[in-house]
Amino acid sequence: MMLVPAVLLAVVFQYIPMGGIVIAFQDFKPYLGFSESKWVGWDNFKYLFLYPDVGQVIWNTLIIAFFKIVAGLVAPFLFAILLNEVRLVAFKRVSQTLVYLPHFLSWVILGGILLDILSPQGGMVNRLIVALGGDPIFFLGDGTWFRITLIISDIWKEFGFGTIVFLASLAGINPSLYEAAEVDGANRFKQTLHITIPALMPITIVLMTLSIGNILNAGFDQVFNLYNPLVYDKGDIIDTFVYRLGILNGKMSFATAVGLFKSVVATILIVISYRLAYKMANYRVF
Amino acid sequence: MYYKTKGYRIFSVANYIFLGVLSLLCILPIIHILAVSFSSMAPASSNLVSFWPIGFTTDAYVKTFGNSNFINSLMVSVKRTVIATIIGMVIMLITAFPLSKEDISFKGRSMYTWFFVFTILFSGGLIPSYILIQKLGLMDTIWALILPGALSVWNVILMMNFFRGLPKELEEAAYLDGAGHIKTLVLVYIPLSLPAIATLSLFTMVYQWNSWFDGMIYMSDVKNYPLASLLQTIIVQQDLSKINVDPSMLENVSQRTVRAAQIFIGALPILLVYPFLQRFFVKGIVIGAVKE
Repeated sequence: MMLVPAVLLAVVFQYIPMGGIVIAFQDFKPYLGFSESKWVGWDNFKYLFLYPDVGQVIWNTLIIAFFKIVAGLVAPFLFAILLNEVRLVAFKRVSQTLVYLPHFLSWVILGGILLDILSPQGGMVNRLIVALGGDPIFFLGDGTWFRITLIISDIWKEFGFGTIVFLASLAGINPSLYEAAEVDGANRFKQTLHITIPALMPITIVLMTLSIGNILNAGFDQVFNLYNPLVYDKGDIIDTFVYRLGILNGKMSFATAVGLFKSVVATILIVISYRLAYKMANYRVF
Repeated sequence: MYYKTKGYRIFSVANYIFLGVLSLLCILPIIHILAVSFSSMAPASSNLVSFWPIGFTTDAYVKTFGNSNFINSLMVSVKRTVIATIIGMVIMLITAFPLSKEDISFKGRSMYTWFFVFTILFSGGLIPSYILIQKLGLMDTIWALILPGALSVWNVILMMNFFRGLPKELEEAAYLDGAGHIKTLVLVYIPLSLPAIATLSLFTMVYQWNSWFDGMIYMSDVKNYPLASLLQTIIVQQDLSKINVDPSMLENVSQRTVRAAQIFIGALPILLVYPFLQRFFVKGIVIGAVKE
């Protein structure tokens, strides 16, 4: 009985839109509705692979997502290990508080901040570059720099939060392992190499496997709040492309087909990655 | 001991400096925005302000709060956050409670769990959801912002795992004393789960406050925009045509300081709940997410 509201919400807002996927196989016209719109079979999907920008958009998505996934694993991993060496509890706590913070701010806020500090006309960062003798960089107006900015700003937002699971694993290491290593004459670097890093491996493998499912998610919020027509060629990802085509240009059927393509691939990848995580590290969500 | 060796001491100092700089880098941009927002027009527009206001003034804030669109949106956001958090928590609790039972006492449990989890894996996507909201007649109402996200399956899973960690005996005792399901949930489970519930409500509040995309697509009238959507329009897209700006007011306040003030006000509620949030969330997340 208690499940009734949740089931209703799931049916209405999740399962009914799944039925709306039929428009991917139609030439959907809102004034005609689902039943009257013309059926076109796989045409929208054929179009998907012929549409000139689609290849580039998929490539952009993959490359941006790939680097974000790698950075999202490496940065928290290193940060957790370095933070683990800190003996001053107060320092540790303050440092953690500061680095977690950006995670809780939205990309609208962070985007606004980035637009200001990265501005080529005297933004903080460019002032620093000029002071050091460099030329100002148009971070958000140049395709290559745009991608780099996406990845670095993503690290800025998420690395602190990402360390939580690593710190939790570090806290679980048995101290007697270190004592034994100490007796055997291992210095701190060797202890890190042979005790700390192996101890973090299981959770790292789980996170790595689970991230496979995200390879088509390059981050709609972030890209949408930072990009502009200057960088569409290098910065447009599947999600922003669907939005521009579907909502702004009204090509609803085509956009739904692109979205469905993404959903199907992502679902398959997620299922595979969960299986892998379960097999390799006995990880289960529920 | 290793930490007395010279090599480790050098590393240690370098480590403190590196981590210190890294931590500062995370918040310096925010401090910079704060400094700009309290600076007067001339130094702000000629890029002299770094981390301390020059020519301290609150003009930018006065102007921001004098804008009726801004106040409207602030109200929409507050209303949305409060209603959505309450509804979201109630639904999460009444959903997680039956799902936390054993398969024997609740027959369809795993079927229901899969029914919910499937919605995380696969979704109809942007366009069908948009058409649905349109068909339901929710466009331009606050419910378009609240209802689609009212059920968070992730929160349900976290809460369910937390419930499962509670001792079975308490629940059995409650049933023996004649309490029904609802009484058991309200009198036994909820009081024991307050830290977890607090964590998840704070997360929900942050999520609701930060959401901007739904506001932009489901609201055609700027009056109904939540603050995050309004800020997206005027700060990120810099589309001022949507709001009525009185040009004469802009004369003595620089655009840049106003933008900075708006960004800061948008972030302020998060900065205010953050200390409470931080106390809870490390434990809350780790308990829910990492299982031995």
